[in-house]
Amino acid sequence: MQNEELKTIITELLPAAAFEEGGEWLNVQVEAADLLAFAGQLRNRPDLNFDYLFCLTCVDWKTHLTMVYHLRSTQYKHHLVLKVKLNRDQPDVETLSAIWRTAEFLEREVYEMFGVNFLNHPDLRLLILPDGWEGKNPMRKDFEDPINMIKL
Amino acid sequence: MVEELGKTTEGDLIINVGPQHPATHGVLHLVITLNGETIKNVEPHLGYIHRSIEKMSESLTYRQFIYVTSRMDYLSAHINNHACAMCVEKGLQIEVPERAQVIRVIMDELTRIASHELWWGAMAMDLGALTPFFYAFRERETINEIMEETCGARLTMNYMVPGGVLQDLHPDFQRKVKEFIQLYKRKIHEYDELVTGNIIFQNRMKGVGYLSPEDAVSYGCSGPVTRGSGVSSDIRKHYPYEIYDKLEFDEILETGCDSFARYLVRIREMEQSVRIIEQLIDNIPEGDYQAKTKAVLKLPKGEFYQRVETARGELGVYIVSEGGTTPYRIKYRSPGFSNLSVLNKIATGSKLGDLVAMMGTLDLVIPDIDR
Repeated sequence: MQNEELKTIITELLPAAAFEEGGEWLNVQVEAADLLAFAGQLRNRPDLNFDYLFCLTCVDWKTHLTMVYHLRSTQYKHHLVLKVKLNRDQPDVETLSAIWRTAEFLEREVYEMFGVNFLNHPDLRLLILPDGWEGKNPMRKDFEDPINMIKL
Repeated sequence: MVEELGKTTEGDLIINVGPQHPATHGVLHLVITLNGETIKNVEPHLGYIHRSIEKMSESLTYRQFIYVTSRMDYLSAHINNHACAMCVEKGLQIEVPERAQVIRVIMDELTRIASHELWWGAMAMDLGALTPFFYAFRERETINEIMEETCGARLTMNYMVPGGVLQDLHPDFQRKVKEFIQLYKRKIHEYDELVTGNIIFQNRMKGVGYLSPEDAVSYGCSGPVTRGSGVSSDIRKHYPYEIYDKLEFDEILETGCDSFARYLVRIREMEQSVRIIEQLIDNIPEGDYQAKTKAVLKLPKGEFYQRVETARGELGVYIVSEGGTTPYRIKYRSPGFSNLSVLNKIATGSKLGDLVAMMGTLDLVIPDIDR
């Protein structure tokens, strides 16, 4: 499906969705409250069938965090980039691990690296960082560690 | 995790495999809950070799950050570099000379063979046979020598740069690659005689680690892991880059969904890689090996994503640029991370002794998972 067709369907599904121009694929920005229901529709609607979540990450924009979900359909080969803006001080967002199982692990990484709190996640614990690390989020832009210098 | 050792109230035993364990091939820590010999749960603990490559890359320029990525999946170093170089080229809209494209593809496929060779030897060793390890290293050594001559390094080559490759091929390159192909064709039947057709190996791998096609997609698996479940996922076929769309090769699919199917995919993939190299080795076009680029690279503001097929699956490089000389954010979508996440799913209900066969055919490379 071409980007224009996708745009039409998505506008029907969620009129509040905002489209970002530029980039290789269609960028869709949604509110955190709409995310779970919208993602479910992307996955389950037969003509969309976004069954492969190939990249899940977060970007710290200093004023806010943005969750970025890269989706594609193995059947139709169309792509979509889903973005959700989060409050930097209270970054709460629903987990997508019930829709795409790969999200469970990827969200654990984002949880510890960016401090995003995934609501209803089945197993939200530290995955990479050592025990007792809670509270400091290494991938945030304001993280400084003078002993183990990561910034070169 | 010593406190986790010992029996729980339900009569289950919790054991730790790793972080230092020969079968994990790196520092991976698995906490396994056992009921008798049956696995109830496998929980990976990561981070023992986490080097914050993503954070480090934020303070490196677009020429520098590529060098760090050789250390992610060190068995596919060329292909990692390739993905990063292509992502930068996409942002700057650099056209890579044809000679460089051909060199890159030959190098990628040599890397893929070397990686699968090591996987084959190590996996057979995990299952109790030492001999295949030496057979595999015999061929792999030849590839490493070719790499050393042209790139100056055997493992972390750092040969791909934005715009092409770092330097021209060694004068002996073509001759040596042809010699390698001759050697490979002479020896490959030994692999099948030693391992593939061996009834003990088959019994230990068939029906072990069942991964349904639906789970393979839902868990975000890629590479030979999905193709062993019959899901077509080869980036080289579906989203071709460089000159892959002009080459003749098959995507290997097996429908067994078990460890043996994943094993067969990798063995047969090596043959396809040889096929690709044979098409190219006599037809390397003359010309520049590197496009002319500015000394300081500045990506325009925006987001760039490039994916390639490494020996382990789909590697994605996601660059968020603010227009400066360093990336604002880099994310590496590593194939190993997603492939590892499926381990609990396929191992639950199996015997502890089969776990090694499953881990072997997932082809986990720990630095690729941790990054």
